[in-house]
Amino acid sequence: MRSLKHVPHRLRAPLRPVASAARALPATTTTTTTSSAPIMTHAACSSGTTVVNPITSLLIANRGEIALRIARTAAAMGIRTTTLYTDVDAGSQHAKCSPHALALGPPSAYLDGPRIVALAKQHGIQALHPGYGFLSENPTFAKACEDAGIVFVGPPARAMAEMGDKARSKEIMTAAGVPCVPGYHGPEQTLAQLQARAADIKYPVLLKSVKGGGGKGMRIVKTAGEFEAQLKSARAEARASFGEGGEVMLVEKYIERPRHVEVQVFADRYGNCVALGERDCSVQRRHQKILEESPAPLLDDATRKDLWDKAKTAALAVGYVGAGTVEFILDKDTGDFFFMEMNTRLQVEHPVSEMVTGTDLVEWQFRVAAGERLPLTQDEIEERILERGAAIEARIYAENPAKGFFPDSGKLVHLATPAISDDIRIDAGFVEGDTVSEAYDGMIAKLIVRGKDRETAIRRMELALHEYEVVGLSTNIEFLKRLCRSPAFIAGDVETGFIDKWRDELLCPQPATNEMFAQAALGLLAAEINAASPQPLGLPQPPHGQTLGFGEARSQAERKFAFSVDDVSNSNEAVEEASKTVEVSVTQMGTSLFSVSVSSAESETPQVFENIVCETAVSSPTKTTLTTFFPLARVESTLVRDPTRDDKLTLFQLGHKTELHLVAPGWFEQAQGLKEAAASVVAPMPCKILRNEVSEGQEVVKGAPLVVIESMKMETVIRSPQNGVIKKLAHKEGDICKAGTVLVLFKEEEHSDSST
Amino acid sequence: MSFSAPPREVLLLSRQMSRQYTRRRPTRPLHPRSQYLLLPPNSSSSNSFRRSIATFTPSHQAGAISVIKSNVDSSSDEFKENERLMGEAMARLEELTRKAHQGGSAKAREKHLARKKMLPRDRITALIDPGTTLLELSPLAGHELYPEADVPAGGIITGVGVVEGVTCMIVANDSTVKGGTYYPITVKKHLRAQAVAQENNLPCIYLVDSGGANLPHQSDVFPDRDHFGRIFFNQARMSSTGIPQIAVVMGPCTAGGAYVPAMSDESIIVQEQGHIFLAGPPLVKAATGEVVSPEDLGGGKMHSSVSGVTDYLAVDDAHAIVLARRSISNMNWPTENSSSALSSIEEPLYPAEELLGIASTNLRKPLPIHEVIARIVDGSAFAEFKRDYGTTLVTGFAKIYGHRVGIIANNGILFSSSSLKGAHFIELCAQRGIPLVFLQNISGFMVGKDAEREGIAKNGAKLVTAVACADVPKFTVVVGGSYGAGNYGMCGRAYSPRFLWMWPNARIGVMGGEQLAAVMKTVGKNVDTELEARIERESDAVFSSARLWDDGIIPPAHTRRYLGLGLRAAMGGRNEAAPRGTKFGVFRM
Repeated sequence: MRSLKHVPHRLRAPLRPVASAARALPATTTTTTTSSAPIMTHAACSSGTTVVNPITSLLIANRGEIALRIARTAAAMGIRTTTLYTDVDAGSQHAKCSPHALALGPPSAYLDGPRIVALAKQHGIQALHPGYGFLSENPTFAKACEDAGIVFVGPPARAMAEMGDKARSKEIMTAAGVPCVPGYHGPEQTLAQLQARAADIKYPVLLKSVKGGGGKGMRIVKTAGEFEAQLKSARAEARASFGEGGEVMLVEKYIERPRHVEVQVFADRYGNCVALGERDCSVQRRHQKILEESPAPLLDDATRKDLWDKAKTAALAVGYVGAGTVEFILDKDTGDFFFMEMNTRLQVEHPVSEMVTGTDLVEWQFRVAAGERLPLTQDEIEERILERGAAIEARIYAENPAKGFFPDSGKLVHLATPAISDDIRIDAGFVEGDTVSEAYDGMIAKLIVRGKDRETAIRRMELALHEYEVVGLSTNIEFLKRLCRSPAFIAGDVETGFIDKWRDELLCPQPATNEMFAQAALGLLAAEINAASPQPLGLPQPPHGQTLGFGEARSQAERKFAFSVDDVSNSNEAVEEASKTVEVSVTQMGTSLFSVSVSSAESETPQVFENIVCETAVSSPTKTTLTTFFPLARVESTLVRDPTRDDKLTLFQLGHKTELHLVAPGWFEQAQGLKEAAASVVAPMPCKILRNEVSEGQEVVKGAPLVVIESMKMETVIRSPQNGVIKKLAHKEGDICKAGTVLVLFKEEEHSDSST
Repeated sequence: MSFSAPPREVLLLSRQMSRQYTRRRPTRPLHPRSQYLLLPPNSSSSNSFRRSIATFTPSHQAGAISVIKSNVDSSSDEFKENERLMGEAMARLEELTRKAHQGGSAKAREKHLARKKMLPRDRITALIDPGTTLLELSPLAGHELYPEADVPAGGIITGVGVVEGVTCMIVANDSTVKGGTYYPITVKKHLRAQAVAQENNLPCIYLVDSGGANLPHQSDVFPDRDHFGRIFFNQARMSSTGIPQIAVVMGPCTAGGAYVPAMSDESIIVQEQGHIFLAGPPLVKAATGEVVSPEDLGGGKMHSSVSGVTDYLAVDDAHAIVLARRSISNMNWPTENSSSALSSIEEPLYPAEELLGIASTNLRKPLPIHEVIARIVDGSAFAEFKRDYGTTLVTGFAKIYGHRVGIIANNGILFSSSSLKGAHFIELCAQRGIPLVFLQNISGFMVGKDAEREGIAKNGAKLVTAVACADVPKFTVVVGGSYGAGNYGMCGRAYSPRFLWMWPNARIGVMGGEQLAAVMKTVGKNVDTELEARIERESDAVFSSARLWDDGIIPPAHTRRYLGLGLRAAMGGRNEAAPRGTKFGVFRM
């Protein structure tokens, strides 16, 4: 009744007609009722009067791409939008997208519900969209909004609360006839009791905190023997992650080859609910989605329809209103599926459903929140899906796939994106020059592509990724490209363990070709030539640049470059040391005419490209585009030098990204006094010191743990790069360090002491 | 354009005008001229009535009169024969130059590299800006000069290069050639580089790596005016006129050599490699008994921190070059870019490679000089001066890479009229501050009774006076013969052209070997065939270049590039073109 109570106040409109209210009541008030709520197959079956109170002003209580995405639809609907920003986000795109932007302060303030509600009230804002993450699934916040008379663009707080409690939601689902994973979600929490339940369910089982999420406090128990140890470990982690009450555990059947399939549902206030197709989100790393697609591959029609129906049943069972996602786990071996949870918000991957159904779900959210009925019926939606084919979304993350998808942060030194069209969509929160902060999720953008069928969509995705260029931080773009080429993925043979299963194939780096090294050298040379020359011609005036006189030009104007390949796939130190160095010699033979020779340790004879025409355009001191006519092909490349890491070069060529290091000349280290710095260990990223593992004066061997840091909510052990004696520990526990800060200093070795 | 039929536009315009006229002044009769224009066109009457109205000439029509029309038939037998013979001469030079470019023996080079030193040509490449071209001087200096030793490139590499946008003179010792010691030709080449720097206001960079004077040759290296000491004299004088002197010590600098860095404005030294001392450790031991290591006696660390002889300490060659480039960037010297206009440059209309078939190695054959000019100047446009007077000397204005130049080119023997024409043209260019380019192919002034009676001596003297006094940059390219007094009139080496280059077919001497033999015979001397052959040999371009009578032998097709770079050196930087700066001597009338 709570939500109803506020309707007159909120909408300044008469009470809703009894017919529709009555339909909503059983779900919102008595959750224990067995499937008494009618299943709405499409909106048309509902009746009664519609009361509409359009939204005119909106506060977006979120950041990044979703804030921008919401603002875009709001603007199209003529809704005045106010955005929020924390200190670190003050210059971010979402803060700039509206003239009305309010400061929140500390980085965590997007979670400060009371503050946000107070701001909305203070500025007389009618509605609030929570986006995803942060406060989007916080029933207390939703309720606070309702209490303050602010339209919360999302489900009623009650529905949210019920779906948020894992155990409670399963009870409701079981009651409503939605299949759940066999398991025990009860209060008996002793070891013996839980073990007995596990035996009933049959091993393997999954132990999971009732408050769990994101893989924290989750353990797979394969046999009865290891149950006790795993339970202890899961409880400890859950308590650390979720606090008091986190140690309460669920026991569930563990599915060996599961697929993650979810259904996008949408319900209005009048008891109508539709499914906007399903999404397969099986391709995950670290229990987080990376590729999402719709329709789900290799799924027969009956199962598909069954999924949709069960999803709608689930939504209606809790009196759901607005956009939601019902997640199912689908057993690849048996084809059975079970309810996992319902996400009571708009999800990251909602554009997949939008692309495949031709809808704008944020618009639907505003319309439903205003009291409108669902714009489309289930039949209409089905028809659209058949017409529109398949859509796929790739999440572009600031992370390093080769290093266990470890998150990265930093400045987007270079950002180029594929051209967008009706079928290629980019939802991004950053532009070139922005900084991806370690304070928040590292998702840079979402690339969504539609095709007439799944294969076409995948191929178009790969081509679009070829044009997606990022420099400044590690991204998973190369990984995504390989994913799009993976035969298993193309065949639709997906499961949540997909990446682990195909790891070697997916992480294998493509070796750099000689043409790439040639382009890198030419690009560097062009940047120097252009920097020293007048614009707009951009080249030294002839006869400069042309050959002169008798004799070989090579003896007069050969410049040598040395590159080493950034072989990130092998974090193994032994391999790193042997990282291959490639020498490139470039001789200018005329204006835009060069001879290039590439030699590496692997091949005995250098590869020589004689008299190749290379046209360059230097758009900034750090970015050069080159078009070179190699003997057999024209090759276009973009070379970007990372101004924050001088020797790091990134080359984009034929849709492939290669990272190279320009080897510094021999004198560099000594002249710059870098030798001393070599006897130290620096923080690889902004971090917090968790603990020092060594003490001053201690002797350590290479590879010994020195310091444990925490960054991006992950622990990292910093290991010793050498044998030596610790001279100084620069920081103590709890210190916050910037990237590059010295953490440990070694005592200088004996022989260097004598020489200085 | 005759006015046989009035163009339609004119008629329309006149009708319009007359209408307006009518409207405004209806009472007055129409202007008679307007009335006429209203009449249907009548060619005969209009011609008698009006002069041509074609007073407007668009620039493309005006420019067309200067464009040289080429009559070269590249498929003719003569062309092909010329090309073949010139090709042979080119191949010889190609080989000689490649050898000279290598520097010292393979063993010496390996030893040099083993010490982690850069080869001198690599040092220069690293020093100059990428994308720019080094104008190297006399790479064949020292060729077959000393019977006892090969001295490739004279043991020293000199050239005009662009460093941090500044056009500089670079002088680099090649220590792979006899330890970089100074042979007489080394001294001469070093001094020539300094002369080029002085005349063209070019900052100097000395990459020092030399064991000092070559002792067995000390009498030809040390005592005279233009010997070793002159190097330091020049450094001091140039510094006094504001031409920066920068030294990079990359090897030994012993005795006199020590003064190169010591006399420089700024000096850089490579640690544990560069050494500066008036006497090395062996001599010190002999003189005073003191035993000292080279590093303690004159090493980089000592000189940069204790004696103050050097200003910057470098870790290695590459580092030293980076420091040198930084020093250049702080000279506050006008850069290439600030001085050069961004006008687009028109290349010649005809391929420069055709010069190989145009020029002949047989200097008895006439060389069609207009064809040469057409392949050197911008857009093949040549505004010829006194085209039909004194035709054996071709004069006129043109541009080379955007620089306006006056060209004086032989097209036969110099007569009185050609000499007068040449003197006149040089006066024009001096008056206007236009640099002069001499294309030399001269067997001499005309001889004989008629010529003498015409006063060829005094008229030739006028040309020589004009050439000697003209105070504008002069450039000479010997494209054929350079004989007798013709050499003087056409700005030979003695007349201080800023640069003098030779084509591979060029020959230089008082007269050809054959003529010399004939003269000797006439005056009753015995002519041994040996002499004739020697004179022939000594007239060869390579013989000349080995002795620095020129600044290098160049491929004919690169003539334009050499002149372009020479003009940049002479006209850029702190150089100012000064019109009317010349004061001529007495012209005997």
